Amino acid sequence: MLGYYFELAIRSLKANVVLTLLMIAAVGVGIGASMTMLTTLRAMSGDPIADKSARLFVPQIDVWGPDSRRQDPSDQLPDQLTYRDATALMRAHRAVRQTAMYSMGMDVDPGTGRPFQASGRATYADFFTLFEVPFRAGAPWSAKDDEGRANVVVLGAKLAERVFPGSNALGRTVNLDGREYRVVGVLQPWNPVPKFYDTTSGGFANTEDFYVPFTNAVERQSESFGNQNCSALPPAGWDGLLASDCIWLQFWVELPTAAAVRDYRAFLHNYAAEQRSSGRFHWPPRVELHDVSDWMAQQRVVPEQVRVNTLIGLGFLVVCLINAVGLMLAKFGSRASELGVRRALGGSSTDIFLQCVVETAVIGLVGGILGTGLTALGLAIDRALLAPGAKNVQLDTLTSIDGGMLAIILAVAVASTVGVGVFPAWRASRLQPAWQLKAQ
Amino acid sequence: MAAAFMEILPILKALRRNKVGAMLIGLQIAFTLAIVCNCLSMIQQYRDDAGRPSGIDEADIFTFSNQWVGKPPDLPARTNADLALIRSVPGVVDAQVTNSFPLRGGGMGWGLSVKPEQRIPTSPTTIYFVDDHGLATYGLKLAAGRWFTASEIGEHGMHDMTFPASVIVSDYLARKLYPSRNALGQVVYWAPTAASRIVGIVERAQTPWAAYGHTEDEQSTFMPYHFVNSGVYYVVRARPGQLNAVMTAVQTRLYALSRQRVIDQVQSFAETRNLAYFRPRSTAVLLGGLCLLLLAITLFGTIGLTMYWVGQRRRQIGMRRALGARRLDVLRYFHTENLLIAGSGALLGIALGLGANLWLVSHLELPRMSIAFVLAAAAVVLAVSQVAVFWPALRAASVSPAAAISAL
Repeated sequence: MLGYYFELAIRSLKANVVLTLLMIAAVGVGIGASMTMLTTLRAMSGDPIADKSARLFVPQIDVWGPDSRRQDPSDQLPDQLTYRDATALMRAHRAVRQTAMYSMGMDVDPGTGRPFQASGRATYADFFTLFEVPFRAGAPWSAKDDEGRANVVVLGAKLAERVFPGSNALGRTVNLDGREYRVVGVLQPWNPVPKFYDTTSGGFANTEDFYVPFTNAVERQSESFGNQNCSALPPAGWDGLLASDCIWLQFWVELPTAAAVRDYRAFLHNYAAEQRSSGRFHWPPRVELHDVSDWMAQQRVVPEQVRVNTLIGLGFLVVCLINAVGLMLAKFGSRASELGVRRALGGSSTDIFLQCVVETAVIGLVGGILGTGLTALGLAIDRALLAPGAKNVQLDTLTSIDGGMLAIILAVAVASTVGVGVFPAWRASRLQPAWQLKAQ
Repeated sequence: MAAAFMEILPILKALRRNKVGAMLIGLQIAFTLAIVCNCLSMIQQYRDDAGRPSGIDEADIFTFSNQWVGKPPDLPARTNADLALIRSVPGVVDAQVTNSFPLRGGGMGWGLSVKPEQRIPTSPTTIYFVDDHGLATYGLKLAAGRWFTASEIGEHGMHDMTFPASVIVSDYLARKLYPSRNALGQVVYWAPTAASRIVGIVERAQTPWAAYGHTEDEQSTFMPYHFVNSGVYYVVRARPGQLNAVMTAVQTRLYALSRQRVIDQVQSFAETRNLAYFRPRSTAVLLGGLCLLLLAITLFGTIGLTMYWVGQRRRQIGMRRALGARRLDVLRYFHTENLLIAGSGALLGIALGLGANLWLVSHLELPRMSIAFVLAAAAVVLAVSQVAVFWPALRAASVSPAAAISAL
């Protein structure tokens, strides 16, 4: 029966090409506009490390006291750690895994050709296991390397290819800021979205070119490329920074169970209490622990404008659907006499209803396909517009349609069209056959 | 006019027979209007933001980063040699070494106080390191006081916690620090023990992060320092029209002087501005395109519905024509009808649009929407709707009385 309705639908749609095209265009444009916006929002608010995001935590410590937040209505604790606290937490080693880290940069001298600057991250060996960083070759450096401030490096896929094109980088050395580093690992392409482990310079920046031990970078006095905030004038020099209450380090811990989370929170609280009793803090201890999704929300990683854009896109879809309903009413209305004849010949109102719904579903499907194309077009335009900031946004992930998104687009197209098609179909099915016949 | 008014009652009566169709057109107009006026307001906000001048000679300036390889010990001498070389390149007006510049994105910020022991600073400010060539390099306009002299210029490393005796501030910062007095000659405090005197005020100088928000965009302080660091920025101003030639020449000459460096991020200030606003610009373009599409959809949808409507009422139209109505009367009938429907929709749309704007204001850092946008959007939407109805109405007007009667 449905096959027959489908055939009827095609015939009917062909009968009034202009109205049909208008309906398909309305659905298609509505889907295209709203889904372009939704794709970006979905990519931005995705879970970057789904199987682990509830076990990774960022500790916060109130190092500046309540006075520093007097003008901040959100009353948030400092979002990074001081060198002093970060190294104390590293030494305490109270989590399964933990790392302090900061973003930096070094000059790479490839031997031939001009040296160039590459972005790096100073971190601990745990970083790679903590964040499930995929290796193409080699492995993280050892805890001993961390202790010994070893000149070892893990190369990102891009930098490895640039310095050692087409050959195995593992075990070779690379010159960073005039010092030779032994390559212990090479990563596969890895770009979590959002870049959750350090959002201080934008939540959607690309990952670093290389990774070196935190202890090595601090010993070399490699400047941070990230945010550095001080509540008071720090002492002069690099050692002054290390001793200061300036915050500039990110810190992550892995806590596998609820008990571990409780214990770590208690440990943090005790730590802050000790800082108070030793005379460093002049306020009651306050600490916080946030898992990945908490942290993304607190850091406001998804720009509010992106949410607003999505709402506007959905409003746009509503207008298009209202438009389509009007056109459907017109369409079914213009076929009133034909439907009347069917009713008079014994077709039940359910038959008419189903036939009309099948017709709207066909429009929804074709509109959805057009909408998918238009979404791709919209994303291509967005991509071109965002291209100047390619270093700060992960264009590939934010502007491409994955399988899940494709399913969402088609489902929204058919569901919304059929949903709004129910009303015109119902009206059409309630026509009095006698009236229609008489009008002939 | 009176005739048009007389028609309203019969039109309303006729509309009661097509409530759903009229409501759909009205709703569509309402939503379209609500979306368009808010988009217009956001686009205008972007244009206002991006249109703010940085205060420097944007057309002739380019910047680049210079990173010394392997931390050479004689950084100040190298910087001086670089500056002397750049300033001697033909086509160069002047040059600077600095830590940051307007719209770069990253830079240094500090809290500035007017009293030594202030718990909360009076204003945040960005800090730019400049020397006696700063005024000529940036093309800044001095509003009061003076620029730095060569003898004032000191050296400043990344972690030096020293502050100069004299500073120059932007007019905006000056007014924020001293709202009721002339800031020139006043002393400001970086810390209880660190004070500087304001010796000059420039008309305007945007911060490195001015593109990110609507606040903290012009709180800038200039310090008479050469930045001593393995990574610095050079700012070069070229003679008008010679920017591109100078951009290449400067790099070649610097590499010829020393190859122990990495020159990177070479960009004209136009590119810097382009980069700073890439996100809001993409939003503005997308929203603008969306509005045009939306109006097109509304236009074609209204045409489609009215065509159907006219088709349904062929017989009545023919009858009216037979009873003496002119073509113009029929045209006017449909236009008046549309105006009634779209006008009611527009009223609803204005309420919706203003409501949506209130929500946006509380969620985004957006100012209230000006009523002008609402009225402009209403005018556009009504015009589109009237245009849409014209062709179907013309077809209706061309219904011949004879055809209508013979169909009976």
